[in-house]
Amino acid sequence: MDLARFERIDEVTWRIPPVDGMRVPVVIYADQELLADMDDKVGEQARNVARLPGIVQASYAMPDAHWGYGFPIGGVAAFDPDEGGVVSAGGVGFDISCGVRTMLTGLTVAEVMPLQKPLADALARAIPAGVGSRSGIVLDDAEMDAMLTGGARWAVSRGWGEERDLERIEEGGRAEGARPDVVSDQAKKRQRHEMGTLGSGNHYLEVQAVAEIFDEAAAAAYGLVPDEVVVAIHCGSRGLGHQIGSEFLKEMAGTPLGDGIEAPDRELASAQINSELGQRYLGAMRSGINCALANREILGHFARGVFDELFPGSDLSLLFDVSHNTCKVETHAIDGSPRELYVHRKGATRSFGPGHASLAGVLSAIGQPVLIGGSMGTASYVLAGEPTSEAKSFASACHGAGRAMSRHAAAKRWKGRQVVDALAAEGILIRSPSSRGVAEEAPGAYKQVDAVVQAAERAGLARRVARVRPLICVKG
Amino acid sequence: MAAPSESIESEVGWSHFTHGADVGVCGRGATPEAAFAEAALALTAIVTDTEVLPKVRIEVACARPDLELLFVDWLDAVIYEMAVRRMVFGRFAVNIEGAALSGELWGEPVDVARHAPACEPKGATLTGLKVARDAGGMWTARCVVDV
Repeated sequence: MDLARFERIDEVTWRIPPVDGMRVPVVIYADQELLADMDDKVGEQARNVARLPGIVQASYAMPDAHWGYGFPIGGVAAFDPDEGGVVSAGGVGFDISCGVRTMLTGLTVAEVMPLQKPLADALARAIPAGVGSRSGIVLDDAEMDAMLTGGARWAVSRGWGEERDLERIEEGGRAEGARPDVVSDQAKKRQRHEMGTLGSGNHYLEVQAVAEIFDEAAAAAYGLVPDEVVVAIHCGSRGLGHQIGSEFLKEMAGTPLGDGIEAPDRELASAQINSELGQRYLGAMRSGINCALANREILGHFARGVFDELFPGSDLSLLFDVSHNTCKVETHAIDGSPRELYVHRKGATRSFGPGHASLAGVLSAIGQPVLIGGSMGTASYVLAGEPTSEAKSFASACHGAGRAMSRHAAAKRWKGRQVVDALAAEGILIRSPSSRGVAEEAPGAYKQVDAVVQAAERAGLARRVARVRPLICVKG
Repeated sequence: MAAPSESIESEVGWSHFTHGADVGVCGRGATPEAAFAEAALALTAIVTDTEVLPKVRIEVACARPDLELLFVDWLDAVIYEMAVRRMVFGRFAVNIEGAALSGELWGEPVDVARHAPACEPKGATLTGLKVARDAGGMWTARCVVDV
């Protein structure tokens, strides 16, 4: 990234003033090294977002931002429907409500490691992963609509999950305003056999050890204990979300914004929130959110089954389930006044600070858990939302390390077997149906997640609570 | 399938081009139809390096007045058939008349052991999207695919 274009506000805050049709400035949170390493396309895409009608305050990019399609990955933008604001299929992404959940096992590393290999094998059998994998769950038309309306609540009602999980999932496990009637038959058909599947690419189930605590009070409140084992699941809305994203991206790209407004870039594929198309997309997108919430709840249930078999009496409790590809209606203070905004987070995690109305129990005292994914060999992090994130980024933080190298380059540089063996030598077992898939996801293909979360902390977006290290990774 | 190249658009055939998190697909040919078919081969190469046998033939159809959006629609149609049929395709034929495209895909069910599928394409994007004829008369069709 060419730094000359930026005003440096502080060590980790960089600003591009509004010029050339930008309605608001661009603000990127990153240290100088992370910013310099970002592709120039991140700045270009963030500037294009800043030109969209109805955008409020700024077009933000998180410390893990990288080149996406339309919005940068790691992009955050909020729109006011009363000012002609838009909703963008490109601003949500194809994997609607892709996210991470972390479950506490209460088991120690010493208890788990003697069964590390059978646990890895059992998880690989129980968690359908990779292209074409299926769980055996098949939804008919009525069940599909019930799932798209009910989200994780639907999964719990069908026996794939536990009631106590729901208060630890955003929106209580169910997005309001879902409209299965505007989800195409093709999207439903694509999902019919895909409930309870992990997918491929960067999606995973990891068994992790709590390696380091940064905030003892927050860790204790979250139930994170040094050398105890947790399970993390990263996946989204599978084929249904992909199909909704594909269909609306093209429809929005081919439909004028109205009121004579020119879209700054076709990639941004947007519709005015108050338009028929915008409302239809929101209904479909919220159905996609419910699909993702249900899917992660089912996968968590499958993981519980494996642990119950190998560690009888174990009790996996949900720390939190948070999405990082969404558009949500939220109330934020703008110039001291509350306004209802449509907040897009594309590869960015919501990070509500302590006391936020949506947080219950201990989470309200500490702040919302912000779950940051790793990359098989590197650490993942649990952060806590900071009160300052509200004013800084509409209460948003980073979501992962971000790629440092293309898939093609990674596959040329490493062989899957080589990656698996090297990680095994470090005590990390990988289970995947695809050797090339493992090579494309090699830890070396990702940026240093430590630098990303430190930048998020220094920027006041979220603070570090714990670092976890992988023991087992099931990849698609 | 011909040998892949990366970011080279001087020849007939298919290639991948670099995108940070996802993969760019590119097809080159004497006609838009040929370029579209080559790009679909690039799509398959995202999933597998292994030869795909033409055991089953599938027909698809799509329509868009804009040739670039028609290209995105074509790739999405192939991705959809991959997903719902759990298949990979190794041979493609495309016919375009006005705004309408009809296509034929030949392939086989995914064999995890043999194809070792690396990752599944989620959808074609409008990023890096171009369908154009160059000064030499060759057609290029390219865009980034979300994986």
